[in-house]
Amino acid sequence: MKIYVPRDAAARGLGADDVAAAVLAEAARRGVTVDLVRNGSRGMVWLEPLLEVATDGGRLAFGPMTAAEVPALFDDLASHPRALGLTEELPWLMRQTRLTFARVGVIDPLSLSEYEAHGGLVGLRRALGMDSAAIVAEVTDSGLRGRGGAGFPTGIKWKTVAEAKADQKYIVCNADEGDSGTFADRMLMEGDPFTLIEGMVIAGIATGATRGYVYMRSEYPDAIEVMTEAVAIAHKVGLLGASVLGSGRTFDMEVRTGAGAYVCGEETSLLNSLEGKRGVVRAKPPLPALQGFMGKPTVVNNVISLATIPVIFERGAAFYRDFGLGRSRGTIPLQIAGNVKYGGLFEAAFGHTLGAIVNDIGGGTATGRPVKAVQVGGPLGAYFPPALFDTPFGYEEFGAKEGLIGHAGLVIFDDTADMLKQARFAMEFCAIESCGKCTPCRIGAVRGVETVDRIAKGDVAAIPLLTDLCATMKSGSLCALGGFTPYPVMSALTHFPDDFRPAMKEAAE
Amino acid sequence: MTQTSTEIAARVGEILTAHEGMEGPLLPILHAIQNAYGYVPRDALPIIAKHLNLTRAEVHGVMSFYHDFREDPAGKHVLKLCRAEACQAMGADRVAAHAQNRLGIEWHQTTKDGRITLEPVFCLGLCACAPAALVDGKVVGRVDEARLDAIIEGVR
Ligand SMILES: Cc1cc2nc3c(=O)[nH]c(=O)nc-3n(C[C@H](O)[C@H](O)[C@H](O)COP(=O)(O)O)c2cc1C
Ligand code: SF4
Ligand code: FES
Repeated sequence: MKIYVPRDAAARGLGADDVAAAVLAEAARRGVTVDLVRNGSRGMVWLEPLLEVATDGGRLAFGPMTAAEVPALFDDLASHPRALGLTEELPWLMRQTRLTFARVGVIDPLSLSEYEAHGGLVGLRRALGMDSAAIVAEVTDSGLRGRGGAGFPTGIKWKTVAEAKADQKYIVCNADEGDSGTFADRMLMEGDPFTLIEGMVIAGIATGATRGYVYMRSEYPDAIEVMTEAVAIAHKVGLLGASVLGSGRTFDMEVRTGAGAYVCGEETSLLNSLEGKRGVVRAKPPLPALQGFMGKPTVVNNVISLATIPVIFERGAAFYRDFGLGRSRGTIPLQIAGNVKYGGLFEAAFGHTLGAIVNDIGGGTATGRPVKAVQVGGPLGAYFPPALFDTPFGYEEFGAKEGLIGHAGLVIFDDTADMLKQARFAMEFCAIESCGKCTPCRIGAVRGVETVDRIAKGDVAAIPLLTDLCATMKSGSLCALGGFTPYPVMSALTHFPDDFRPAMKEAAE
Repeated sequence: MTQTSTEIAARVGEILTAHEGMEGPLLPILHAIQNAYGYVPRDALPIIAKHLNLTRAEVHGVMSFYHDFREDPAGKHVLKLCRAEACQAMGADRVAAHAQNRLGIEWHQTTKDGRITLEPVFCLGLCACAPAALVDGKVVGRVDEARLDAIIEGVR
């Protein structure tokens, strides 16, 4: 009997280890041989721990499982109280276009043979037969834009590094994933780490970089464990090292751990941190592509950007580019979180409207109350009211509504949310995490908290002060921490003005 | 248990040797020292500084920039509660207030008996099963007051 129980952190946080232990205990009790695989998560977090049993007809899903319900699995599967039917036929999965996440939840994350059996390394083998310019052109043609937040075209970044002359170049993977409401990087690294390794090797071959680093946040102990093990395996089998897959091309990489600073997700701060310095943001220029890690040309890319490279080379740039909307090409792993009925990771082509994501896919709030606001794109992203639910999911489309898609996290709030409190938190977070380099951010955020507190006390005259402060932070900050904190603050103020007028608040209560 | 400076010098020396040849070794070194001691002992700083050709102030400056590194030992158990938005949307503020009441401490403090240190964290990537917590490095999802009480009982 082959049974899958995810090792994904969300599944573990909901009891997957207890379920796995119960499977082994019950199998021993009955004298049944069980092949237990700790896979990644399929992304349906509300069904975690989601256990699967392999059958001749496909994998059967059971969830959310508890240890107490495990023994019944060894009786009649079909009549199990948690039986959901065939995993592949669950509507939430069938509606997706899983390209980057094709293998996540499907394979044993640390089995290179399963990885290859599911299309792994096809892209790298193809890239190894191409020259640098052709590889870069393929990435450019795919239309892939950085999934870390800024949406910069990945091919153009690679071209700059490829054409730079230097004795050493680097590929740095940004796995700092600090945005609230996001977990795609974590799920990918825990569920299919070889995809990221393959993407980084292709980046190295394309640009002439022979060393790579994955900078992971310390808040992800499970992902660090899987990623570190995967890199060790890749070394052992020659996927990494002096001659990648026997090609004569060199690429080596290492996993590094951050130390709990949100700002270290900003690429230049990350590079300083990687060099062993304070994570202070560097002024640009020089671009990291020309003077990055140790002053050498460096590609800094998000986990999802790099992990999407293999499928682009496996299926071709045109295949990938044909999905999407406007200048947002391909697919995006939506992370639906917060107060939501069906939360999790949903990979789809760009273009779903915000309302469809929240209500159709997410099923509305977990509490059953009306949706009040959705924060899109992390702590620096705007709060969207239901009135803007017709906005299609795309970089430009969200920009046109004074928002951003960021790393594609969506945090849903019901009508009990107090948007003044959310605005205050945005300022507080900026004050806590500011790297301290520029005044509008370092001092402005502290003033911002004080100003919101004045408004909360009924001082309506402080509202224009808050607006001015946001304008100053927006125009006078070196990076997006100070520069974009005004997005959540101003969107809260603009779309939910009643929450900033205590008299109206009291009348409503 | 107090570590004498010679013990620290020996152990830190081993850690420094293990990181020889690394590019940008300071964070990995600080992590390794904190793994060994539970915090970064003051006596370790001049040794690291000398080895990396930095000043003691520079090493301290790096260390103090990051939320993770401790200058003093934490309690026997560390309870981190997520304070970020997805968890707020599911009642994290309420759960945090409950934790502070139950333990009689504020953020960053340790209970008088030295058992539990309470720390805020901003996102654990468990935002679809919020609120989230990290208990001695183990993730816990959907933490409400009852689950929190169970966590606290579990580590007492
Ligand atoms: C305050 C701040 C935090 C950021 N955090 C992250 C992060 O956690 N992960 C990430 O990939 N990019 C983050 N970014 C964006 C990076 O600076 C950079 O644009 C990105 O790593 C480039 O990779 P991409 O082109 O593949 O997106 C952050 C930016 C800022 C200003
Ligand atoms: S905006 Fe804030 S975080 Fe960014 S460089 Fe300035 S002080 Fe640092
Ligand atoms: S916001 Fe709390 S786990 Fe992400």
